[in-house]
Amino acid sequence: MAEFLAMGGYGAYVWSSYAITALVLGINALLARRAERTALQALAHDLTGDDDDATA
Amino acid sequence: MFAFLHKYASLMHFYRLSARWSGWLALATALLMAYGLYGGLVTAPADYQQGDSFRIIYIHVPSAWMSLFIYMCMAGAGAVALVWKIKLAEIWLRASAPLGASFTFLALVTGSIWGKPMWGTWWVWDARLTSELILLFLYVGIMALDNAIEDRRTGARAAAVLTLIGVVNIPIIHYSVEWWSTLHQGPTVSKLDRPSIHIDMLIPLLVMAIAFTTFYFAAALARVRGGILAYDRNTNWVRELVGREAARGHG
Amino acid sequence: MSMAGVFAAVVRRELRRAARSQSEALYPLIFFVLAVILYPFALGPDPALLARVAAGVVWVAALLAASLSLDTLFRNDYGDGSLELVVLSGAPLALVALAKASAHWLLSGVPILLLAVPLALALELGGTTLVILLASLALGSACMSLIGTAVSALTVGLRGGGMLLAMLILPLYIPLLIFGAAATSNAALGLGAAAELYFLAGLLVLAVTLTPWATAAALKIRMG
Repeated sequence: MAEFLAMGGYGAYVWSSYAITALVLGINALLARRAERTALQALAHDLTGDDDDATA
Repeated sequence: MFAFLHKYASLMHFYRLSARWSGWLALATALLMAYGLYGGLVTAPADYQQGDSFRIIYIHVPSAWMSLFIYMCMAGAGAVALVWKIKLAEIWLRASAPLGASFTFLALVTGSIWGKPMWGTWWVWDARLTSELILLFLYVGIMALDNAIEDRRTGARAAAVLTLIGVVNIPIIHYSVEWWSTLHQGPTVSKLDRPSIHIDMLIPLLVMAIAFTTFYFAAALARVRGGILAYDRNTNWVRELVGREAARGHG
Repeated sequence: MSMAGVFAAVVRRELRRAARSQSEALYPLIFFVLAVILYPFALGPDPALLARVAAGVVWVAALLAASLSLDTLFRNDYGDGSLELVVLSGAPLALVALAKASAHWLLSGVPILLLAVPLALALELGGTTLVILLASLALGSACMSLIGTAVSALTVGLRGGGMLLAMLILPLYIPLLIFGAAATSNAALGLGAAAELYFLAGLLVLAVTLTPWATAAALKIRMG
């Protein structure tokens, strides 16, 4: 296991590359999901907001 | 034929059709990445010259491929948006830009990190890396232009024109390795030649490339679905959808 | 009006406007000279060093000056509403774009070529190397005008204007810079620069055929 992490002495390079990739892809995934969800929620919020005005 | 295409280009149809695609694409991405990472980090033998540092290739090369592939997708979407005025193409282009920029960034960063043990330096100004750097600026420029224009549709179409102007740069990037002798390794996989790397090293590379591709489609699709709702906010189908969502929120 | 007539009319209008407000036409050229002479101050007056960097310095300054001068290309027309009129009038926009780019080259590219001679000599760059530099700049500056017209049409009237334009355009200029500088450094080493110059010429042909349509599309999108 220690050998695996050490990557023949290049551990820092290999793992930092994979870590940055995981970070960037993870952020993209989160932002993409958020874009999909908030679009629907924002419109729903607008709709309910309008309704409140109508009843007032 | 165009009626068939137009049905799929219809935002409402696409939205309904694609409802389950995101989930499947995400699952495929996870499975492919697991398989590719295992192959790349565990199964593939260490390189004769570079030892284990070569394993960065499983991120670096697929990222570079994606940076170009996504740009071509954007150029295609841009052309469709400009010529046939298909809204879905506009939305796809805008959704793809941040993903393309991210992969370009990853290609550069992992290339730099890989370069340190390989060439002893954090950066070399060779044709391939430099062209990738230019590509990053193209992506940033497209996003900046789209952002600077207030109207969503005008912004998308202006970005489409800029994307197509930049696409001329892409062949220069792609063939730069052939045009100039550089420090950078020759292309590892070519359509016609036998690849110059061992098959056990090659398969995880291809798997990671496919995994990155499904990731792109999954993430872009999510953004596109959000964009569709914004574009069609005043149509009946969106109003019904939103109404149901609002009712669920209050129910 | 014939195609040649439209072309000539647009070019004449640009030249006349430049003659009227000479400052707008001169500022980028003054900037060009300033940008070049900053380098000896930065790097020291050693002739050998200056000779080595001269081609690159002149090229970079030319790129920057071009980006600046392009900002005003459509701005006045946009400001007084005439741009919208031209777009809506059904005029052949690609031809107008070509004419605008040509006028820009006459007002910006050609003067830069002329100014490059004393500047290069001051940076210890002369002889055949200077000739190759000018050849590469001639081809390159024409490309700059053509590509720049398209991007200028895309960004006309936007906030962030000039900087946004420069940000969008400089990456597109880099291939020109690469080949222009390579041609000149080859010449300085006594090697042939034909391949690089042919490539620049090829880019110019590509630019002439494609960029007017990109400009036309950009104008229709922004002004339509």
